[in-house]
Amino acid sequence: MSFISYLINGISLGSVYAIIALGYTMVYGIAKMLNFAHGDVIMIGAYVVMAAVTGAGLPPIAAILAAIIFCTVLGVLIETVAYGPLLNAASSLAVLITAIGVSYLLQNIALLIFGANTISFPKVLSIPAIVLAGGSLTITGEAIVTIVSCIVIMTALTLFIKKSKSGQAMLAVSEDKGAAQLMGINVNGTIALTFAIGSALAAVAGVLLCSAYPTLTPYTGAMPGIKAFVAAVFGGIGSIPGALIGGILLGVIEIFGKAYISSQMADAIVFGVLIIVLIVKPTGILGKNIQEKV
Amino acid sequence: MSGMKKMTKTTRNNLITYAMVILLFVIMQTLVSTGNVSSLLQGLLVPLCAYIILAVSLNLTVGILGELSLGHAGFMCVGAFTGAFFSKCMADAIPAAGFRYFLALLIGAAAAGICGILIGIPVLRLKGDYLAIVTLAFGEIIKNIVNILFIGRDADGFHFSTTDTRSLGLLPDGEVIVNGPQGITGTPKDSTFFISVILILITLFIVLNLIHSRSGRAIMSIRDNRIAAESVGINITKYKLMAFSISASLAGVAGVIYAHNLATLTAQPKNFGYNMSIMILVFVVLGGIGNIRGSIIAAIILTLLPELLRGLSDYRMLIYAVVLIAMMLFNWSPKAIEWRENYTAKFKRNKKEA
Repeated sequence: MSFISYLINGISLGSVYAIIALGYTMVYGIAKMLNFAHGDVIMIGAYVVMAAVTGAGLPPIAAILAAIIFCTVLGVLIETVAYGPLLNAASSLAVLITAIGVSYLLQNIALLIFGANTISFPKVLSIPAIVLAGGSLTITGEAIVTIVSCIVIMTALTLFIKKSKSGQAMLAVSEDKGAAQLMGINVNGTIALTFAIGSALAAVAGVLLCSAYPTLTPYTGAMPGIKAFVAAVFGGIGSIPGALIGGILLGVIEIFGKAYISSQMADAIVFGVLIIVLIVKPTGILGKNIQEKV
Repeated sequence: MSGMKKMTKTTRNNLITYAMVILLFVIMQTLVSTGNVSSLLQGLLVPLCAYIILAVSLNLTVGILGELSLGHAGFMCVGAFTGAFFSKCMADAIPAAGFRYFLALLIGAAAAGICGILIGIPVLRLKGDYLAIVTLAFGEIIKNIVNILFIGRDADGFHFSTTDTRSLGLLPDGEVIVNGPQGITGTPKDSTFFISVILILITLFIVLNLIHSRSGRAIMSIRDNRIAAESVGINITKYKLMAFSISASLAGVAGVIYAHNLATLTAQPKNFGYNMSIMILVFVVLGGIGNIRGSIIAAIILTLLPELLRGLSDYRMLIYAVVLIAMMLFNWSPKAIEWRENYTAKFKRNKKEA
């Protein structure tokens, strides 16, 4: 039975990674940049929920909505101020270093406002656990909510991109920016929309992550952010189903690694996966192989 | 004077860099011997030298190779722990401190260089930002491993464990050398300011000569246009790997210097974590990407300034972050470049009219 409960924990953690990886993969697909600050937007989202619930006394749903709105605005702001001016720059290193700067800035702002101490995250999801098989298998309420949200988000996002006009515009911009502009697509608006969606998802991921592991520090978002990037590379960066597959596989690998190999080496195992993927199939499971033309 | 003219511009530039380091050393040494330097600042001199070597070596990766490494603190950690481990093991076998330190430097550099090659082989053949994330992951893994590693020694030889000192099963006369999270205690304090400055000069010699050699030009051609470089027959993976492993092993040297200045060497986020890697990156970015002399100056200013302005210590990291973003926007955004060009053109015109 412990195997099944590890598996469910793994899928639940993997669902969080998948939601974070979506943000990476969408931004990478459109802006061709690695948004290092994505993990820290998660942390900011979690702090907003914490402040709204324990500080302002809002009901959990309102707090989560506030966090989503806050992170969306923050994501668009970051894009306009820091990344936007550099997206056409000659050096791809420039935008990468800027992203690291933004990540660092968010961490340190949180550090100045909330301090370095670990804060316990309030309970915002109150869903009873399900007990199966006569008490030997318990699925926590958080795990159920996480897995369900992941499925809902994935379906909604796939429909949005396939059916809506803005979604089609996103695909067009990621395919060829110049041609999309000639077709009358507002490229800058589409990029901003991508950042907005990615950051809103980060806020959701922040709530789910901190509900499952209820501690909060300014560095909470950094590690899950990097692991979600590993998941995005694993599944094939730029691909939305890839983010789901990569995220869930990585979550399961991490929990199994923790349970059966060594709890201290779990991070090392996750990064080992990244290195193996890069050696065997650098484009990831569902990634497209792009031929470079001169 | 005529000799000065015959020299090429690069040689002259390089000599200025060497002279600057030597001059700074002489000034600092004079200040120390006349008692004008606080003990706090004196304690910073050797770490500062390690930071300078780190900044110069990271500039080789970022500025010359054009790849981003976020695990420089990890390579430094490898160098620090292998070097300190060697020195502690050999403290009795090799009594001559100078020779032992020299061997420790070689071993630290070799270990970090091998790690660089192991990471570089899978990653450097890829295009894109993978090196950044893999080196970042490497830094975290190394910190993880060092914190669970226990090594002891007794008459039977070395004992390894990943749980605690008791499971090493040492004989009564055995000693614990690497004590997990407590790290290595009692490394001989062999790093002096003088030796560290000599090592800076050697680092500069290696890096500057590499940049201006045939290999260096090959490396820079890969940075500027990978496809064009490949089409003229440059072996991309080989040269990338060369630059990256040299950069890693120099970071290892910095680690050995750093380790031999501490009574207790532990792997904490503060000294070998992500923050350290970012701090070195800030040195490189502020000094000018690709500009070796700039890295040295930035490392000195940014290390000494916060110590002199104690009140700013809370905001230090925040300022670093803003510096990174502002420098990038100012240097690389097409609009800023255009504005700068207009401004300098106007300035020149005004000068002519005047």
